[in-house]
Order: sequence, then C-alpha cells, then structure tokens
Amino acid sequence: MPVTVKTFANFGEAASALSSDRSARYLGGGTLVMRALNEGDVSISTVVRATDRALTRIDVASSRVTIGAGVTFARILAERELAFLHAPARSIGGPAVRNMGTVGGNLFAPSPYGDFTVALLALDATVSVQGGLGARDMPIEEFLQSRERQSGALVLAIACQRPASADAFRYRKIARIKPKGGSVITLAAHLPSSGGRISGARIALGSMAATQIRARAAERALEGRSLDDAAINAAAAVAAEGVSPTDNALGSAWYRREIVGVHLRRLLSGLE
Amino acid sequence: MTKTALQFRHNGRDVALFVDGGVNLLVALRESIGDMTPKFGCGQGGCGACSVLIDGELHLSCLTLAETVNGRAVETLDGLKDGPNLHPLQRAFMEQFAAQCGYCTPGMLMAAKALLDRNPSPSRAEVIEAISGNICRCTGYEPIINAVLAAASGGRARA
Repeated sequence: MPVTVKTFANFGEAASALSSDRSARYLGGGTLVMRALNEGDVSISTVVRATDRALTRIDVASSRVTIGAGVTFARILAERELAFLHAPARSIGGPAVRNMGTVGGNLFAPSPYGDFTVALLALDATVSVQGGLGARDMPIEEFLQSRERQSGALVLAIACQRPASADAFRYRKIARIKPKGGSVITLAAHLPSSGGRISGARIALGSMAATQIRARAAERALEGRSLDDAAINAAAAVAAEGVSPTDNALGSAWYRREIVGVHLRRLLSGLE
Repeated sequence: MTKTALQFRHNGRDVALFVDGGVNLLVALRESIGDMTPKFGCGQGGCGACSVLIDGELHLSCLTLAETVNGRAVETLDGLKDGPNLHPLQRAFMEQFAAQCGYCTPGMLMAAKALLDRNPSPSRAEVIEAISGNICRCTGYEPIINAVLAAASGGRARA
C-alpha cells in the first residue's frame, strides 16, 4: 500500500508532523521502517523524514559526547574519539546495515536487536526527544520504559559520559553466527571505580526482556567492592534476577537465564 | 496517491522516473528501470542480495526509500563490467567457482567492490567482515573469500 512521504529540512517541523499523526513513523536509516513497509505493515500511512544536519552531528567534549540520532554506526566506527563505542557499533549487522542504521533508530529496535542501546543504557545516556509539547531530555531508562508511547516523538540526540578508562566500560554480544548475527544475549557494563572499589556500576542486558534492562542485583553485588573473583561470582550468581526473556529461534528463555551469569562472569573477568 | 519524481545517476547514466510513496529502491531499480541485477531476497536486511552502492557506500536497496537517492549516484552489478570485459572481481568469481546458484552473487560482488574500492589489499579477516551481511546458502563462503582475495592481488599485479 502506498504511503505518503513527508520530508522536512527542519527537525522541528518533522517532529510536529510526527506528533500530529498517529499513523506516521519517522524514517531514519530505514532498517526498521522500510522493513515494516516491505512486510505490508498497514499501520503506517505516513513516513516522516528530516534532512536537518543537526541530526547527524557528533559533539565530542572532554568528558561528554553527544551523538545526533541520525548518526550511523559506520560513522561511529570512523570516529576515533568514540572508540569506547566501537565494539557495540561493530557488533551490529554487516557493513551495509552499519552504513544505514542509526543511533536513534536503535533505541526503537525490538529484541533481539538494539545492541547499541544496551551500551547506552550501561553508560546512563540521556535521550533528547522532541514531542508535540516541545523538547526534553530524559534518562535512557525512562525512555525505554515508555518506548511504546514514544513513536510519536522524534529523538534528536543521545548524550553520555565518556568512561574514565577503556577498562571501565565493557561490552559483549553473544551471537550464534559470527561475525554477524542476532543477539542471544548482549551485555554491557560501566564500572567506575574510586580507590580500587567499584562505585556506581551499571550493567545492562539485551534480549533478556521486552526492552533492554539493567541487572540491578548484579550492580548491587559489585558496589563498594574491588573487582575480584568473589565480587564477580556474587554478581554472576544474581545476573538473572528480574529478567524476563522470551523464546526465539536464537535461544530459549530457559537457555538465556542459564547462561546470562556465565557471560556476565566472563565480561567482568575480562575473558574472551 | 501522488507519485514522486525522482532523478539519480544509475551506473553513470542519469535516469528520471516517478515512484509511488514508500517504494523501495530495489523495486524502483527492477520494475521501473529494468535493472534486474540486484535481487530480492528477504526484504528485511538479513541477506544482502539487494546490495548496491549509493555514492560509493554499500547499502541495502530493499531498505532504502527510493526517493532518498534523489540526486545521488547508485551503482549496481549491471554497471560493473566494462563492455564485454568482466570486472576483475567477476573474473575471479568465475575462476574460483565462487558462484553456484548465483542468487547471492550480485550482492557479494557489490559488497566486495565496496571493500576493494577503499582497501585494495584486504586481509582474509577483512574480506570475511566485508561480506558478513551477505548470505550464501551454496558455496560455504570459502570460494567467495578466495575470489575476493584473488581479485585484490590480481588488481595489484596489474597496477
């Protein structure tokens, strides 16, 4: 079924068009919306686009980075300053998907996709959203919890703190097909430390619930401790707390629950 | 439903056409232009059979809204050969038995071209990464990887 395509030079106009039409979807890189159209999704009657350069800007400050929602994974990989995000960007798709897929779109990618968002959740990113009532910044966790209601809003950018060291941020995607494949589990951990003790750990999991979630029990198990075997085992033992995975062709819910602790232990131990 | 006018370069030649809203580039190439070299595989971005180059960058034409290529340059497999002469990648695919049923071949060749255009001497690992978005159900990939490496070294010998 043909759809109406509305292209705007300004993101504000695109956001207005999006918020005023319940059957409108925003087209970023196309990997989600075009797929839906190819599959005959009749709930989409309008496609909204914006060619605004503001959506493809990358601002790198000393401690904080802001990435426009329209930035592709290929561009993240080309940006030396964003080296801490290279592992999650590289884990997505093949080269063509990375040339097309965007940071903003990944926030909407349903399980078992959305690997980049797992990294952003561990990094406590802020999502800038323009809705019918104006622009606002919200924590990524709040965004993900209300994701179903966000399709009428336009994501402008995400921002996050740069990890203090390469070792303080870790990412691991478990896939059956290498180097490309859907996620069985995706894990990311931000492990800030002070005086050799973990302070404010954030562990995020993908494909373990309807949206990307935090492993809060595992985070608590690390708090105030050094990253030794005892702390890592304590975190791994409670990694499955609060998860609600589903069965799919890549793995059963049972299997995911069984192995999430194993992979969290490997991630925290720095094992391959 | 109004149609949208669209102009772009297709394998070095300017083309102008009208497309329905929401039509993907693969449909525009095959049904409006008659270029049957990009294939429809999955329509989901999972197989790579529809791969084309847009401004030199590898894209999946089935996930590309046709009107987004307005004013841009699209290269498909049809533009690879030079008259009767096969492109070095095509010759290498032939010599290395890298095609069996042939359905993935156009996408594989475009993914390989995207690689060799920016990295004329790739490692084996880089070739594997470059074709990682393209599925082949016949060859087991080894002949394809060998063909891309042969084309790369062959190109170097000629240069």
